[in-house]
Amino acid sequence: MSARLRVDPIACEARGLCAEILPEMITLDDWGYPLIGGADVPADLYAEASEAVRLCPRLALRLDGPDREPPAPLAS
Amino acid sequence: MIMATAAGSAGLWYLSRASGLVLLALFSAVVVLGVAIRTGSAPRGWPRFAVAELHRTLSLFAVALLALHVVTAMLDPFVTIGWAATLLPFLSPYRTLAIGLGTLAVDLAGAVLVTSLARRRLGQRAWRAVHWLAYLAWPAAFLHSLTAGGDLGIWWVALVEIGSGVAVSTAVLVRLIGRARGGPRYPRSAVRTS
Amino acid sequence: MKTAEQSPWLAAGRAAAELPRLLPGRCGDGPVSLAGHLARHGRLPVIGRGTGHRRRLIAEIGRAGLSGRGGAAFPTARKLATVAAARRTPVVIANGTEGEPASAKDKVLLAQAPHLVLDGAVLAAELVGARQAIVVVHGAVREPVDDAVAERRRARYDRVPVRVLTAAGRFVAGEASALVNWVGHGIPAPTAVPPRVSERGLGGRPTLVQNVETLAHLALIVRHGAPWFRSLGTPTEPGSVLVTVIGAVREPGVYETGLGTPTGDVLALAGGPAVPLAALLIGGYSGAWVPYPAAAGRPFSAAGLRPAGASPGAGLLAAMPADACGLAETARVARYLAAESAGQCGPCVFGLGSIAAELEALAAGRPADPGQLERWLGQADGRGACHHPDGAVRMIRSALEVFAAETAEHARGWCRGTRPAGVLPVPPQAPR
Repeated sequence: MSARLRVDPIACEARGLCAEILPEMITLDDWGYPLIGGADVPADLYAEASEAVRLCPRLALRLDGPDREPPAPLAS
Repeated sequence: MIMATAAGSAGLWYLSRASGLVLLALFSAVVVLGVAIRTGSAPRGWPRFAVAELHRTLSLFAVALLALHVVTAMLDPFVTIGWAATLLPFLSPYRTLAIGLGTLAVDLAGAVLVTSLARRRLGQRAWRAVHWLAYLAWPAAFLHSLTAGGDLGIWWVALVEIGSGVAVSTAVLVRLIGRARGGPRYPRSAVRTS
Repeated sequence: MKTAEQSPWLAAGRAAAELPRLLPGRCGDGPVSLAGHLARHGRLPVIGRGTGHRRRLIAEIGRAGLSGRGGAAFPTARKLATVAAARRTPVVIANGTEGEPASAKDKVLLAQAPHLVLDGAVLAAELVGARQAIVVVHGAVREPVDDAVAERRRARYDRVPVRVLTAAGRFVAGEASALVNWVGHGIPAPTAVPPRVSERGLGGRPTLVQNVETLAHLALIVRHGAPWFRSLGTPTEPGSVLVTVIGAVREPGVYETGLGTPTGDVLALAGGPAVPLAALLIGGYSGAWVPYPAAAGRPFSAAGLRPAGASPGAGLLAAMPADACGLAETARVARYLAAESAGQCGPCVFGLGSIAAELEALAAGRPADPGQLERWLGQADGRGACHHPDGAVRMIRSALEVFAAETAEHARGWCRGTRPAGVLPVPPQAPR
């Protein structure tokens, strides 16, 4: 049972704290925004992932259970 | 017996004033760190999350010290403040304005603290709206330290007062300039992450 | 407006009288009046207040196999059922925003057959138990829609009130959450998508957002039934579809055809290529480029276009002549898409901007870095709150593949295009 780490791209402002806390999973793109490699958080990184979620100044990170649905399709 | 009471009361008095001074320094540091978080600044080689953690840790430590400060002031037998005045401002018969400012600072900082502890549940917008009160809480605390504290003749008291005032004013100025420039830009963190 | 009678594929086995279904037989006569609409299609069946009748109708729509005609092709019956099952009273929003500048099908449908769309909107509202239907339309067709609504009001035709709003006119304004945001708060920007608008949308209510063409089909399915609807199209993608054909064809315009019609035949409806073609841009500005001779044989359907990396999307077919510069056209569209970002997500704003600049350099024959371009495409894809950057990346990646030879030529300093860029319409930049 692993958790998924997700970033809310609207809330995110490229503050960069998450990449400092969890460099094993988060790198920054050319503009400073987080690239989350492999959204499933391994057990040994769960503590750091929780800390990154807690410390994000914009509350842009979420740690979800594995049963969340992906975003809905675009147009109607 | 009266001498012992007097000595004990003097102890409480000094403890209250000393804790107040340290509190001012702490509170000022917390505000400066808060501005640093918002503008994305960090001391050389410090990761940003360290600044965020320090802001949080110092503010929690300040709460503990605040409890000491308020209780010692209340327990002092030579001064009547009244328990109601610790929560509601401007109710103290003793130096109403000076103490009232302190109570105001406590109320405002208390709201900031409680909302910060419940930040995830409240959501970013509500949390942020209340957090702005910190910019009201600090001046209230500062004015309280000048009016209820005084002692500016003592050089290290004056140093803390002036230092706190300068530090926070500078931080606020930086924040306002950054806002006028169209919001902070966040340069890549000094700590290598990839 | 040609009918499909001229298409050899259709003459092979389908009743020619089947088409056109949505559009009136002749164009240029102005919008069909309520009386004319009723004369042609008959009245809508009355929907009983109980849920049993609604459920049976939704099941019939499911059997018809109607899917969304706005680009995502989501099964309509499933969406109706989800919203109908919600506890809170839902809201229906008809999406006639048509933010895609090259597409005209929704505008044409609303201008010529507004009553069919309004039938569908009101019907959808009754099927999901909504108490109002909101119709958001492109500014250019606000008047005919207002007139049609007024006509229906005078005739006391609808059991559910209809409210008309003008669209924001931005590219992303047609995205479901952006549309809800526009109607609710006047901000045409997408919002973070869990929860979906079908669960929590306008005013926190479950919101059914449906393209106006889908609603028009809906209005006909409940009159004529699922087997009628399925008599056109393919078994997996039944029904007819409106296609906007633009570019180097003899008679650009909006045409109706069955899904699965060979793409070359759809071009033939528009008079066929006016000059030799290099490629087609299929689906929309978020769609994909396909080289022309290969594209002509492909059925115009999701299954038919998938092997070519494309999809029907918003029903656009743009014919790129061989004497135009595909890179210049792509660069113009890429710049437009970058400017149309809602500006909420860093990877979209910065990514699309940098990508557009690199494409412009490529198109102008200036030094460009294809490695950097691919890197940025990878960093923009899938990293916004909506699919705007994804669509732009898909279109640009397909362009780089289809126009690979042109890219090499540009790097060596020459361009095979002799026609100035402008085959694909790009509106002047909106002030921010």
